[in-house]
Amino acid sequence: MVPTAYYLILAAVLFSIGVCAFLIKRNVITIFMSIELMLNAVNLSFVAFAHMWHRIEGQIFVFFVMVVAAAEAAVGLAIIIALFRARQTLNVDQVNLMKD
Amino acid sequence: MNDTLLWLIPTLPFAGFLINGTIGRKFPRALVSTVALLFTLVPALIVLKLWVYMKSAGAPDHFTLTGAPWIAISGYQVNFAFAIDHLTLIMLGVVTGVGFLIHVYSVGYMAEEEGYWRFFAYLNLFMFFMLVLVLAASFQLLFVGWEGVGLASYLLIGFYFRRDSAANAGKKAFIVNRIGDFGFLLAMFLLIAHFGSLDFANVFGQVNALPHGLTGGFLTAICLLLFVGAAGKSAQIPLYIWLPDAMEGPTPVSALIHAATMVTAGVYMVARCHVLFDRSPSALAVVAIIGCATAFFAATIGCVQHDIKRVLAYSTVSQLGYMFLACGVAAYSAGIFHLMTHAFFKALLFLAAGSVIHALSGEQDMRVMGGLRKRIPITFWTMTAAVFAIAGVPPFAGFFSKDEILYRTFMQGGALGYTLWAIGLLTAGITSFYMFRLWFKTFFGEPRFDEAALAHGHGAHATYQQPDEDLASVHARRESHATMVAEPEHDKGQAAHPHGVHESPWVMTVPLIILGILSVIGGWVGISAALGGHNEFEHFLEPVFAGIGGAVALPEASRGLELGLAAISVLVALLGLFIAYAFYYRKPGTAATLAERYKPLYNLLDHKYWVDEIYGRLIVSPILMLSRIVLGGLVDGLVVQGTAATLAGGTRGLGWLARRMQSGNIRSYAGWLAFGAAVVIAIVLFVVHPVHANTVVINTR
Repeated sequence: MVPTAYYLILAAVLFSIGVCAFLIKRNVITIFMSIELMLNAVNLSFVAFAHMWHRIEGQIFVFFVMVVAAAEAAVGLAIIIALFRARQTLNVDQVNLMKD
Repeated sequence: MNDTLLWLIPTLPFAGFLINGTIGRKFPRALVSTVALLFTLVPALIVLKLWVYMKSAGAPDHFTLTGAPWIAISGYQVNFAFAIDHLTLIMLGVVTGVGFLIHVYSVGYMAEEEGYWRFFAYLNLFMFFMLVLVLAASFQLLFVGWEGVGLASYLLIGFYFRRDSAANAGKKAFIVNRIGDFGFLLAMFLLIAHFGSLDFANVFGQVNALPHGLTGGFLTAICLLLFVGAAGKSAQIPLYIWLPDAMEGPTPVSALIHAATMVTAGVYMVARCHVLFDRSPSALAVVAIIGCATAFFAATIGCVQHDIKRVLAYSTVSQLGYMFLACGVAAYSAGIFHLMTHAFFKALLFLAAGSVIHALSGEQDMRVMGGLRKRIPITFWTMTAAVFAIAGVPPFAGFFSKDEILYRTFMQGGALGYTLWAIGLLTAGITSFYMFRLWFKTFFGEPRFDEAALAHGHGAHATYQQPDEDLASVHARRESHATMVAEPEHDKGQAAHPHGVHESPWVMTVPLIILGILSVIGGWVGISAALGGHNEFEHFLEPVFAGIGGAVALPEASRGLELGLAAISVLVALLGLFIAYAFYYRKPGTAATLAERYKPLYNLLDHKYWVDEIYGRLIVSPILMLSRIVLGGLVDGLVVQGTAATLAGGTRGLGWLARRMQSGNIRSYAGWLAFGAAVVIAIVLFVVHPVHANTVVINTR
């Protein structure tokens, strides 16, 4: 039996990696993937807690998150394609029209 | 007597003010003057009716009109209330009568001026406040009138507001009056504290109910503070400095406000509060001494002034001093008597001086007048009546009132009484001297003005034909004068329509003639018994001043004394006339020679004892310094502006910081988001629900 703490530590590590990647990376797709990573880190902790307390709600929440993430991925990817068509780049540092 | 009619006395001039002041700008001049005259004539007629009623048999000595409540707080109520007694009646007569005549005169005098409607609106406003002042039945309402006439005075002194000296003179009058009003306010606070009321009848009733021997104490304090107010309004030492500068206003204003009515408000107030003053011999002594000193000093200054209106201004200050002297020796009816005759002859003097100025197209300097006797005969003859009246030559009006004051002062006895009498007598001589000096210089001798310049419209002041005395050096001095001393210029509008020397139109001469007649016969109502009269004036005022030591009939034995004193004062007046005749008519150079010989004395008088300069150094400059450094620099600079600047700077700094976050860089937003989330988590963990090792049990199975 793997202790719950291990799952949590793994989730925290995954989440931190997601955050760091989100902050550091410039490519929009990589950023998008790091968001997914963060979401899945959270999912992992949900599942871990659900398992620990023997409750079903955590598992159900994971499904919700997955559905939302899928929807988000669809919208996000569409935005990325539109962005690329408009700007011919995926570098977020060059997508700063609002700032100027 | 119909109450509504009485309410109309003050409200009609106010209606005139509202009409002319709001829509008068659009009116033709004739309509403006019609409104102004009508709304002062009707109150004068009502006063006449009131006068007849009060004189009729069976009429009450005094009655009160109570109107709507004005201030009503728990246990303390003030109504709009008017009290009418014989003193009020005399003041009403003077204010409405002389006021109406001056309104008539103004129609002619101001005919060519800009701001015609404004002038008459202000004049009506003044009438309103002055009537409120004399009718008031309580100190509060009196104070409303008191402040209101100050406002009207300020507006009218600064009537030619485009001229700096006029605007400054207005401000000076207002500020100096504030000092007096401060005393008045303190006196009212003391009255409330001690009597719980400011109603005349209530306060005086309580004072009368005090034990008989009780004098002085807080009553002295109240009286002295009241007198501070009176000294401000009535231009007494040490607050007289505003009145000479007030001559910047148009001449009818000088006649109405700064000679006949407003400046006598202080005398009226002291007489009205005689119950208080009678309880405080020391306050009365102060009033007498200040009045006498003012009379003397102002008269001496008047001797060396060259501006015709300034001579009259100092003469007004001096005559007001006489009135206070009378009040100070508890001869209130004599003071009010002099107030009335003074209103006649001093208003006439100013109006006649205005007529002279009008004739000379705005010239006010007596050194460039002369020989006007034949040219403007009506002005000359009316002014002659006024000059003889103020000089105290019998049987003109001023003689009887001034003589009454001097006699009462003498009768008070004691070292103080005799000293005051001697100074008063000397002042009478000086008064006679400077008034005849004005008379001779203006109307006799060779014309010293430039007729050609007047006739051809090259401006009145263009050239001097024969400047006498040290005109050039005086003018040089004027240039370098301290800013506080506002030297008079000419009435601007009068200079604007130059033509030859001419008599004034009838609207100006008719008031002159009426006032001239009053200056001759006005004193006959108060001829004392010793001089063969019945002193009706004093008997008329007896209900008001009843129970005052001086007011009871004096013993027969003193008649000889009174006659002797009257003879002395006539002699002194004639002496003044003779000296003026010698100096300014027979040998016109004498005065200049004397001035040269006694240079320091002449300079002292010419500079008005340097009072303006002393005040400037001792009071104005330190206050200005204080304002600049403490108020301007410290309070305004550091506190007021500092607070604003700190707030603005802080906001800007915060904005600068916050703006850093809005970089437009998605990752920095994300970073802030992460940072914020971390902070929230930290707060929740460590602050809101502090972590305790044994409360969080994570199942490690």
